[in-house]
Amino acid sequence: MKDQAPLLKVSGLTKTFGGVTALSNVDFDLQEGDLLGIIGPNGSGKTTLVNLITGFVKPVAGRIQFRGIDITGWPPYKVVGEGISRTFQMVRPFYQLPAYKNLIVPLYSPRVKKLAGGRYGDRSAVALDLLEEVGFERDAYVSYKKAGALPQGYLKRLELAKGMALRPDLIILDELFSGLSLAEVASIVPIIEKLKHQGKTLIMIEHRLKELFRIADRVMVLNYGRKIAEGAAAEVMESPAVKEAYLGSEA
Amino acid sequence: MERRKERIDRGIKARSADIFALTSYREMLYLLIPGAIPVVGLLCFSPMLSSYWREVMISTAIYALLAMSWDMLMCAGLLSLGQALFFGIGSYIAGSLNYYAGLPPILTMPVATVGGGLLCTILLLPVLRLRGIYFAMVTLVLPLMLSRLVEATRILGGTEGLTGLTPFPNALTALFIIQLALLAALFGFRRIMGSDYGLVIRGISDNDRSVMSAGLNIYWYKAQVLFLGSSVGCFAGAFGTHMDMFAGMPGFALDYSIMPVAAAVVGGVGTFAGPLIGAFILVPLSEMLRALGALRIVFYGMFLVIFVVGIPEGIFPFIQRKYQQMERWVDVE
Repeated sequence: MKDQAPLLKVSGLTKTFGGVTALSNVDFDLQEGDLLGIIGPNGSGKTTLVNLITGFVKPVAGRIQFRGIDITGWPPYKVVGEGISRTFQMVRPFYQLPAYKNLIVPLYSPRVKKLAGGRYGDRSAVALDLLEEVGFERDAYVSYKKAGALPQGYLKRLELAKGMALRPDLIILDELFSGLSLAEVASIVPIIEKLKHQGKTLIMIEHRLKELFRIADRVMVLNYGRKIAEGAAAEVMESPAVKEAYLGSEA
Repeated sequence: MERRKERIDRGIKARSADIFALTSYREMLYLLIPGAIPVVGLLCFSPMLSSYWREVMISTAIYALLAMSWDMLMCAGLLSLGQALFFGIGSYIAGSLNYYAGLPPILTMPVATVGGGLLCTILLLPVLRLRGIYFAMVTLVLPLMLSRLVEATRILGGTEGLTGLTPFPNALTALFIIQLALLAALFGFRRIMGSDYGLVIRGISDNDRSVMSAGLNIYWYKAQVLFLGSSVGCFAGAFGTHMDMFAGMPGFALDYSIMPVAAAVVGGVGTFAGPLIGAFILVPLSEMLRALGALRIVFYGMFLVIFVVGIPEGIFPFIQRKYQQMERWVDVE
């Protein structure tokens, strides 16, 4: 497996905002089918990394290659076209629309059309199927409710469904578990495991380490925009640099 | 026998949304009447008007088109304060084609509609990335700049404008042309915005990042909306030019920018029928207040405030809500 070319290859990625270095010289590889967890304290550059990969901000230096194609600095819609989708930490659905109608927008994308063989088909039916996959009860009213009336747990699932609707090869989940109860997290974990089982490659940005370590193959730790550790969850947490970042210098 | 109230639309909406299995003529009428009102109202009643009110009706329809064009841009989150740009460009294109090349209105109007739409889209393309008030500022300034450009360079007739253009054969023909355009824009825009495409457009104004991450190029969609909106505005300009037999700097006047916004706000933003109703209230109202002389603008302003404060959601959404909430008495077993 390891000698195979990586699906995503990030090298020397650097981003500064004004004088602040948000991300500094980050390298990592991601093999197809892997689930990489990215952790780090607040402000360590996790979300900036996601924004860089998905084209929402442009890097100062460094390269991002997806399947050997250099996608550095591409606009978001082209990155999605290659097969990378993302969810947002702050969920902002279209509140006025019923939940399933929220999925019409990603289902409208050229990528979905291409994968469906040039036909869009009935987007509403596809949307309802997708919602069922992320745990909206079928035949219940909940899929037809306005997104503004849904509880946080459902909004996060809806966000996940939006990412899945694009039928991506790599899904980047930005703090999917934040703001959810233990029970809600426990009900989303199997959905992610299923995605992994289907052969999707995932990157998860998380603060909920316990749940993350249960499903992640590898973990990467960022602090002040630098990669300070990478490897299996247990060994990473034993690293002195990580302990310092998380617990303070006296630990 | 007991009786209780029941909403008329009970069941109708659910059945008519996807599958067409309406059971009675009453239900069909319930759905058809709202669409039939503008068609019947415009095409049947306006010819009965006196020639003075026909003129008023035509100028109302021009403002209504500009208001719907404004509403279309608003759907994609593009706040325009420069509908005069579209009116003026449409007016000058139709005017110069007629003045210099001698083309008849039947050719100048379509060319001005499509060509003007393209020209306006290209003009505004560099500022499409701006949002809200920043986009609005640019649209406000552009028509003022263009009218000064015409004045300074004396092109296209300069301050005199292009005069003696071909008029429409008669007022009734003109009225029918503009009313058909009005209905086409009303039903066309409503249909577009009711489709999945419309959902994407509204998505751009709600949360553009979400639409970007859905793999859609929002600037391409914004440009399409800009083209749709501005070509309707240019049509209004081309029509107005042949109506007045004149194309000139007044085409870029502030009136054409302000009135459509007022009409849309009074009528209900984002509904297309709202801006239409708004224009059909505000323009004739302004005519009727003419008798008041200098006090006209005071009363006009007062009416505007009353509408906006009294029905902040807009007239059309208000009527729509009342229509959907209509009840009838039914027997209870």
